[in-house]
Amino acid sequence: MIRANSPILLEVRGLRANVAGVEILKGIDITVRAGEVHAIMGRNGSGKSTLAKALAGHPAYEVTSGTAVFEGRNVLEMAPEDRARAGLFLGFQYPVEIAGLSNAAFLRLAYNTVQGIRGQEELDPLEFDDHVRAKMKLLEMDAGFLERSVNDGFSGGEKKRNEILQMALLEPRLAILDETDSGLDIDALRVVAAGVNRLLTPQNAVVLVTHYQRMLNYIVPDYVHVMEGGRIVKTGGKDLAVELEARGYDWVTGEVAA
Amino acid sequence: MSSVLENLVNQPYRHGFVTEIEADKAPRGLNEDIIRLISAKKQEPEWMLEFRLKAYHHWLTMTEPRWPNVKYPKIDFQNIFYYSAPKPKKLASMDEVDPELLRTFEKLGVPMNERAALAGVAVDVIFDSVSVATTYKQRLAEVGIIFCSISEAVREHPDLVRRYLGTVVPPGDNFYAALNSAVFTDGSFCYIPKGVRCPMELSTYFRINTQESGQFERTLIVAEEGAHVSYLEGCTAPKFDSNQLHAAVVELVALDNAEIKYSTVQNWYAGDEKGVGGIYNFVTKRGLCKGVNSKISWTQVETGSAITWKYPSCVLLGDNSIGEFYSVALTNHHQQADTGTKMVHIGRNTRSRIISKGISAGQSNNSYRGLVKIGARAEGARNYSQCDSMLIGAKCSANTFPYIQVNNHSAKVEHEASTSKIGEDQLFYLASRGIGTEEAVSMIINGFCRDVFQQLPMEFAVEATKLLGLKLEGSVG
Repeated sequence: MIRANSPILLEVRGLRANVAGVEILKGIDITVRAGEVHAIMGRNGSGKSTLAKALAGHPAYEVTSGTAVFEGRNVLEMAPEDRARAGLFLGFQYPVEIAGLSNAAFLRLAYNTVQGIRGQEELDPLEFDDHVRAKMKLLEMDAGFLERSVNDGFSGGEKKRNEILQMALLEPRLAILDETDSGLDIDALRVVAAGVNRLLTPQNAVVLVTHYQRMLNYIVPDYVHVMEGGRIVKTGGKDLAVELEARGYDWVTGEVAA
Repeated sequence: MSSVLENLVNQPYRHGFVTEIEADKAPRGLNEDIIRLISAKKQEPEWMLEFRLKAYHHWLTMTEPRWPNVKYPKIDFQNIFYYSAPKPKKLASMDEVDPELLRTFEKLGVPMNERAALAGVAVDVIFDSVSVATTYKQRLAEVGIIFCSISEAVREHPDLVRRYLGTVVPPGDNFYAALNSAVFTDGSFCYIPKGVRCPMELSTYFRINTQESGQFERTLIVAEEGAHVSYLEGCTAPKFDSNQLHAAVVELVALDNAEIKYSTVQNWYAGDEKGVGGIYNFVTKRGLCKGVNSKISWTQVETGSAITWKYPSCVLLGDNSIGEFYSVALTNHHQQADTGTKMVHIGRNTRSRIISKGISAGQSNNSYRGLVKIGARAEGARNYSQCDSMLIGAKCSANTFPYIQVNNHSAKVEHEASTSKIGEDQLFYLASRGIGTEEAVSMIINGFCRDVFQQLPMEFAVEATKLLGLKLEGSVG
């Protein structure tokens, strides 16, 4: 929800980034305030996922210029784990599988690490079990998830639920969800979207990276940005997403070119 | 590969230590006289000397194996001391122990009483009158278990030793086994009588204050009908030895319904990061499931040595017998490992299971080599093998050499293999949840090794987990 006076969480200015020596982001400006939902749309290769990963600090994405100030700190100078500890969360498009590492052990370590940094209570395995089960219930996740290896053999939908579960546990100030809707059937999409909505407060914000408008029916954006060729070429309200769905990306890019 | 990972795995070996040793040495080189001297020094019976001499003459006709996937300069066998009675200089108190070593014990969680023994402190100084070793020995004697050095066993229990020594690994089995049979000077003997379930894990810890582990160790474990024993060899604490060549032989014999579980954690000096120095660990380990329904299970965590050449094996002679091999082999820097197992199915309905996890970092070379052989009369034999390799960095290598020979149509043999890489993506995923690189690497590695660590006795598993973390620890960033 847009509130004019709410504090700025993230301010990106002139962000340029390379992958394997090729410039993918060519100057991104975006401002996200507490309480807002932003959607970043655009076709494949427009730079959406690169923006998400560059902000989270993936080592393969080399930032060449620009700034990204998150709650007063330039995150581009921070290690990825420090960005996460500061409250920046990336929901992965393709969550990585880690064989042999139990989801429960992984989730608890992540949770306790972040709790410790924030000076909040860390939980022992039994306490954590109660805590995580309550969160899982909201995402309609089976308790068996805890015993399985991290994302190992998970279906696409299970992986995405697991991402939102991590978001629920870590309670980030800013969550960037990279194509969380892809690979979800309509029921799973509804559950995941409800989970995200439940986590939204006036103090945090969400940036949804997506191809399609369908997720935005459930999580209603305050701003919709359209990316093309490594730049944000158009910004509007939620209606822009509906219009895009109806008229296609050529409509925007053609308009820009014209 | 990111420089973070490179730094992480390229840590110097910081925990080695040397105790000054005054030795009672025979001259360098090997001949009949040296063997007679060893036998005389050990006050051995005539048959033992004959065993040694026969092995020696066989050894002279043999050549070093060249098939392992390892490289090293030619060993001059006439330039080695084959007899050296070690007199470790005992330190008077824990205050004299290298503080770095104490920190390592701390990190590994080695119990207080064992720290003293490992650091070479006279145990009596620490514990008033009754040493830990004596206490254990008494408890074992109460149930009829014999647990002593092999030299003592040759003198005190000659009939038992003579009945089993060399029956699983014959003196002429291979080049290094023959050499060991001729010159072994140390090792353990363990005998579990019929129907006895050993009341504790037997560990070489309990002998360490009286015996330095030798260059040519010989271990023999016999479990009589229905007996059960779990034996732990080595320790996670790093070990330095001035002897470069180590050629041990371990023989296990399980009679009807007996079960032997043999766990090893090996952390010998691996050489420096340029590959200079380090132990050559050429070991022959074999278990014979002689009786029906017997079971032998090998679990090993190999992290040390410059070169490891080792194939703990099971000969499944008794019907319904079971052989197991669970292995984690980690190599870093210039370490080379060629390790695996042999499962030889002879009896009916014999079963074997192989779980091998190889981790290569630095410029190391890690090979799994395994043989599954199903004999003609092994009706209903089954084997399952799983060999997984993990690479850290771009300069190391991993190889798998599975050999399968099946001579019975009713056999079922399964082999699965995988190779994976700790990649930036896994580390980034964990980092994006607030988990730092070192902890992330440790979690990924321990996840990878979980199936093997589950087989280790509890305390050992905890130590092994920490050990792998230590071996890959480094300055991050």
